[in-house]
Amino acid sequence: MAHILLRHRDIPDFNKLNVYKKNGGFAAFKKAVTRMKPTEVTGEVTKSGLRGRGGAGFPTGMKWSFIDKNNWPHYVVANADESEPGTFKDREIMESNPFQFLEGLAIGCYAVGANVAYVYLRGEFWQVAAFLDEKIAEMEEAGFLGENLFGTDYSLKIYTHLGAGAYICGEETALLESLEGKRGQPRVRPPFPPSYGLYGKPTIINNVETFTNVPPILTNGADWYKSIGTADSAGVKIFSLSGRVRKPGNYELPFGATFRQLIYEHGMGVQDGRSVKAIMPAGASSSLIVVDDKVLDTPMDYSSVRTVGSDLGSASVIVLDDTVDIDWVINKTIHFFKHESCGKCTPCREGNYWMKNLTDRIHAGTGSDDDVKLLLNVARQMQGTCLCALGEFSTMAVVTGIERFPQDFKKKTKA
Amino acid sequence: MLLQKYSKEVKQILSKYPPEHKRSAVMPLLYLAQREEGYVNKEAMQNIASLLDITETDVASIIGFYTLYHDKKAGKYRMQVCTDLPCALRGADEFLENLCGNLGVKVGETTEDGLVTLEEVMCLAACDRAPMFQTQGPDGIEYHEYMTVDRTMELIEALKQTEKESK
Repeated sequence: MAHILLRHRDIPDFNKLNVYKKNGGFAAFKKAVTRMKPTEVTGEVTKSGLRGRGGAGFPTGMKWSFIDKNNWPHYVVANADESEPGTFKDREIMESNPFQFLEGLAIGCYAVGANVAYVYLRGEFWQVAAFLDEKIAEMEEAGFLGENLFGTDYSLKIYTHLGAGAYICGEETALLESLEGKRGQPRVRPPFPPSYGLYGKPTIINNVETFTNVPPILTNGADWYKSIGTADSAGVKIFSLSGRVRKPGNYELPFGATFRQLIYEHGMGVQDGRSVKAIMPAGASSSLIVVDDKVLDTPMDYSSVRTVGSDLGSASVIVLDDTVDIDWVINKTIHFFKHESCGKCTPCREGNYWMKNLTDRIHAGTGSDDDVKLLLNVARQMQGTCLCALGEFSTMAVVTGIERFPQDFKKKTKA
Repeated sequence: MLLQKYSKEVKQILSKYPPEHKRSAVMPLLYLAQREEGYVNKEAMQNIASLLDITETDVASIIGFYTLYHDKKAGKYRMQVCTDLPCALRGADEFLENLCGNLGVKVGETTEDGLVTLEEVMCLAACDRAPMFQTQGPDGIEYHEYMTVDRTMELIEALKQTEKESK
């Protein structure tokens, strides 16, 4: 099947404006602005079943429909703060298929009545931001951004904004704080961004991959899009495959493809012919899945992954083979979350500090069974009490690691 | 002074944000401020604060919060190796250890010639191309992927050479 998102893999030079245009580029944006009402665009996206690709899977069209129409101006922000360990899809989109992303963003802006959009990229994507700036300038030059687009009274400017190395800024309200020139710490919600967002104005925030889905939906129609994927997860997804596989990378597959297909057909199997011990389907934020044949044959969509005790999240599939010790895995993930906890809420700030100390001790082989119990206890106390999802996510691998792989902890500890 | 020296860039940065929300410009201005010396000095901090009508403490808190801003001098290039889980599953820890051995520095230390500071960082979104690192230097941030210790030493040699020629 030809790619829908990673079209640059089928068409050479797809990140050049004339090539993109020749292959149908900007037709969807033009159609939206010249022939559709904003609510019709939102309606089509709603009907397509598109769900947010940043991890939460929230229905995109529904989010757009929440925009407060009694408070202006409106803003749209593309979340390009791709920082979840194991996720590297948005970078490929922006580097190789930038116009489809920017066109999707532009359509989103039209749908919610925004005349200004920001692309918030993680600071490390310095080169990507410079590249996007060039592409935005080319679009302005060609009349796809700027004043009075396609002869209408609709105008749109897109700006890039670089973060500076903070995972928390992927959380949408922390991102907004950061974009406002503050420390990136999450806001208390509600109010949610569609009513109170950037500079206190109604704001829609979507992931890069989410926007990239929009032009083909408008071009080919919601029914076409819905016919791909599964009942609860329409369309295609870019799966970032990493860890102990022979061929890591991004793979665009319809929702419902199985873990086995991803790992064995696309990833060419496990390194050194070993077997899969565990899968983390949502990067470092995952609940660990104990792998058996049934798990490998599980369709990767939002509801099916739940039946094997995890969540699909942003579909960053990290493969752990049978040589990997789970106490080491959670030591790694907790080092990450301890570093990235923003410090605003107590459970996450203190909890991660203690979880780090405990996993350090356990992993070093100097911990006791009681330390493992205490670690589990700390993680459980954090659950449901943190201000944002980061704190909750930090506990996932810890709790499921200890519960589902007790033998890995037994052999590391003294009674 | 920052504003005079880079007046064109400053103007361009400020134009991205509504004038009544110019505080948004603090992050791009901080990148500009640390371009030359690799860290934000006291004077630049004051400059930015007065330009944006915020306090120096506000600026300092932002430098402290984000890992890519620095308030202390280090090597000309910060070599930031990712050792997060996906990279570690593909040999990043061993890579960093061997690199330390070859460079004769520990993580956090700078080579004697002041060229490279070796750092360990969190995920850089290049998990399929590990081992990898980024260099943060006067020309911004660059990714180096599918790295080996040999290739890294070659890169450092090339940086040394450029350094010599520029002197």
